[in-house]
Amino acid sequence: MRAKIYIRYKDGILDPQGTTVCHALNSMGFDAINDVSVGKFIEMNFTDISKEEAERLTDESCRKLLSNPNTESYKFEIVED
Amino acid sequence: MRAAIIVFPGSNCDHDAYYVIQKILNKDVDFIWHKEGSLANYDFILVPGGFSYGDYLRAGAIARFSPIMEEVIQCAKRGIPVMGICNGFQILIESGLLPGALINNKDVKFLSQNVTLKVASTNSIFTQNLAIGQKLDMPIAHRQGNFFASDDVIKKLQDDDHIAFTYDNNPNGSMGNIAGIFNRNRNVLGMMPHPERAAESILGSSDGLAIFESLVENM
Repeated sequence: MRAKIYIRYKDGILDPQGTTVCHALNSMGFDAINDVSVGKFIEMNFTDISKEEAERLTDESCRKLLSNPNTESYKFEIVED
Repeated sequence: MRAAIIVFPGSNCDHDAYYVIQKILNKDVDFIWHKEGSLANYDFILVPGGFSYGDYLRAGAIARFSPIMEEVIQCAKRGIPVMGICNGFQILIESGLLPGALINNKDVKFLSQNVTLKVASTNSIFTQNLAIGQKLDMPIAHRQGNFFASDDVIKKLQDDDHIAFTYDNNPNGSMGNIAGIFNRNRNVLGMMPHPERAAESILGSSDGLAIFESLVENM
């Protein structure tokens, strides 16, 4: 079982990397793109635990270490292989 | 005064701080490896600059969970002066001793340059010997030094006189030009610029020394 975790800046937080990538895409002619956010994707593998336990562990990991609650939001899904 | 300098894998301004405290201030100072040692016999703790744990995840995020940090937090709560410089500031924020966040510089560049700071508060042992508005020249060297906090937190920092230093010419996009802040009891100072690297005129500026001298005299 694995967790797929997506972390991104909250709305309203300056994301200069996203802005730079957006400008680059626009200069390539992709005019229809008007906002880019660059975040993080993290995958975690679990030992033999229940899906509920995996959800609880993932949420706690996100809150305590993987994301900064001041500036970032996270979402995740638990995937059973 | 007996000072402890916390050393993490990737710290790199620890020796600069050691030199200032031992050779210029003539005070006792020890390096404390983050996995061992006790802070029981120290009356000043410095969390130095560098790239602890390679800045993986977020600057300071992993160092914050090093064994020594629990003791640093307890010392800070007991009123022992704690100073975090650059990566040390990032670690103190991640550990919850100081509010806000330090995010990517507005131009997404690593900035290594001299800046001019203005003293914003003299209401602390670190800044008591300085004057409001006094200008201090010292280097910055960081990629994640853009101070961010909610409007409420910024207002509270301003209202409570918890902003220690501001940038004269904001290099990184920090809200309110903030370069350094205190905690509620003003015994914890976090700042992005490097006073330990501007403590002798041969280095281009000795303005940083005033902060260490203020601390030593007012402890």
